Amino acid sequence: MQRYSIYSLVRNALTHHEGWQRAWRSPPLKRRYQVVIVGAGGHGLSTAYHLAKEHGLTDVAVLEKGWLGGGNTARNTHTIRSNYIRDVSIRFHDVSVKLYEQMSRELNFNILFSQRSMIDLIQSFGKLRDLRRRSLAMALHGPQYQLISVDELQRRIPAMGSLDQVRLPPLAGMVHPEAAMARHDAVAWSYARAADARGVEIHQHTEVTGFVRGPDGAVTGVETNRGTVSADIVALATAGSTSDVARRAGLSLPLVTRNLQAFVSEPVKPLIDVIVNCPDVGLYLMQSDKGEIVIGGGTDPYPSYRQGSHFATFEDTVASLVELFPRFKALKMLRQWGGAIEFAYDASPIISKTDLPGLLVSTGWYGGFKSIPVGGLTFAHLIATGTPHPLAEAFGLDRFTGLKFLLEAGTVAQR
Amino acid sequence: MLLIPCPWCGPRPEGEFVNLGEAVPPRPADPAALADDVWVETLIMRANVRGPHVERWWHQRSCGRIFAIERDTLTHAIRPLDPEARP
Ligand SMILES: Cc1cc2nc3c(=O)[nH]c(=O)nc-3n(C[C@H](O)[C@H](O)[C@H](O)COP(=O)(O)OP(=O)(O)OC[C@H]3O[C@@H](n4cnc5c(N)ncnc54)[C@H](O)[C@@H]3O)c2cc1C
Repeated sequence: MQRYSIYSLVRNALTHHEGWQRAWRSPPLKRRYQVVIVGAGGHGLSTAYHLAKEHGLTDVAVLEKGWLGGGNTARNTHTIRSNYIRDVSIRFHDVSVKLYEQMSRELNFNILFSQRSMIDLIQSFGKLRDLRRRSLAMALHGPQYQLISVDELQRRIPAMGSLDQVRLPPLAGMVHPEAAMARHDAVAWSYARAADARGVEIHQHTEVTGFVRGPDGAVTGVETNRGTVSADIVALATAGSTSDVARRAGLSLPLVTRNLQAFVSEPVKPLIDVIVNCPDVGLYLMQSDKGEIVIGGGTDPYPSYRQGSHFATFEDTVASLVELFPRFKALKMLRQWGGAIEFAYDASPIISKTDLPGLLVSTGWYGGFKSIPVGGLTFAHLIATGTPHPLAEAFGLDRFTGLKFLLEAGTVAQR
Repeated sequence: MLLIPCPWCGPRPEGEFVNLGEAVPPRPADPAALADDVWVETLIMRANVRGPHVERWWHQRSCGRIFAIERDTLTHAIRPLDPEARP
């Protein structure tokens, strides 16, 4: 792997940037691998990297129907945080934040990681109680979540307008200092490059269309648009398409897919240096390094694979935005888009074996950009050792049959 | 914005409605008689189809009727279903 540094930048500048190596190879597709990972989003790529790094498994192929990192990883609003309510979720995401803190150095790729705090604007007493409970739960595990006054809120978010005319005047704020953002493409690319350097193969434009089954029903490979590939283990990291893909193996999963949208404005001068989240009115926003205001809201309130901007939800989000930030009425929006995100029945992730020997899944990542490092670490552990990673023991499919739901809610986009 | 065809009020904007999700079969009459895994599956499994999806809507902010329609989860094309059938 060609290392990136100030020296390599200077050296390559002298040769007109014509000497850069490709960040990953495009080798021919083999007929057989030890492990096939379906989906080259952040989760699939992080899993591949951790398989190679922690377990020495390099006979691994990641198959991607489109281009690498082009699914929800490309579409998300890159917020990283660990303010969850269940003990297991807090610990899991706390580890993910710590892995993110090291990622640029570990993978020799600048992911533009920027820890800048998330501030929740609390506009109802119900939410105030909910978030205080959350902060106490988090205090048991380390991540911070501190209550601040309305005055402090206005001091830290000066772009906010006068609160006199606001329908639900803020009561307080809650600050999560570890919250961060990172360049989403760079996360996918850095894992792809590091996995490739350790021998993993990434095959783009390779869609899994079916499964090969052994006499006992076990999954022994996949059918693709480029032919059959056999494998000891097939691991799904297909995000919103997971129900659809698993169905081709005759497997049902407790998932619902919804459309989540976001939009960005034209670049403006620095106005907001924290991530602002308004869970009571379904709005969150931050400013990217390029100066664009990145804005998101709730999911469309029904199952959907549209991956588009739905006007009713857009209008709802914008109405909340201009009430709290009246001067943003003058902002011009540059782009808007949506992604198909999947929710498990209890809104916690699934990292699990399935009823079919040889088929494993990692899904339920409706807010899973933040979980990419730890999701890959723990899924790789399950694939390589056959037993769940201690951080992810609670995320098996068996929790549903035992009614051991891990109810999570009240995240950024959730009302 | 979607126009949802309420069998009572006619096509109305989606904001008046609540989507109740996939139209799953009626609950088994005697859950206690089912094996645990069958009961749990009845509660939580969803087909989550990409394409034509039979689902229930509740006209909450108007007539209160609950009914089923078919909506394509990829294109949002809507097809009303027989309003007399059990939703
Ligand atoms: C608008 C929006 C905002 C979001 N904001 C945040 C946020 O602020 N913070 C956060 O933590 N999360 C956020 N998320 C969620 C986050 O994007 C996802 O949870 C995360 O990217 C999931 O990563 P993944 O690798 O599982 O999925 P993806 O990146 O979608 O990867 C799955 C891949 O599988 C491929 N695939 C599917 N089917 C097949 C097949 N049959 N064969 C081969 N390949 C296939 C797809 O092409 C895709 O590339 C947001 C999502 C959206 C849509």
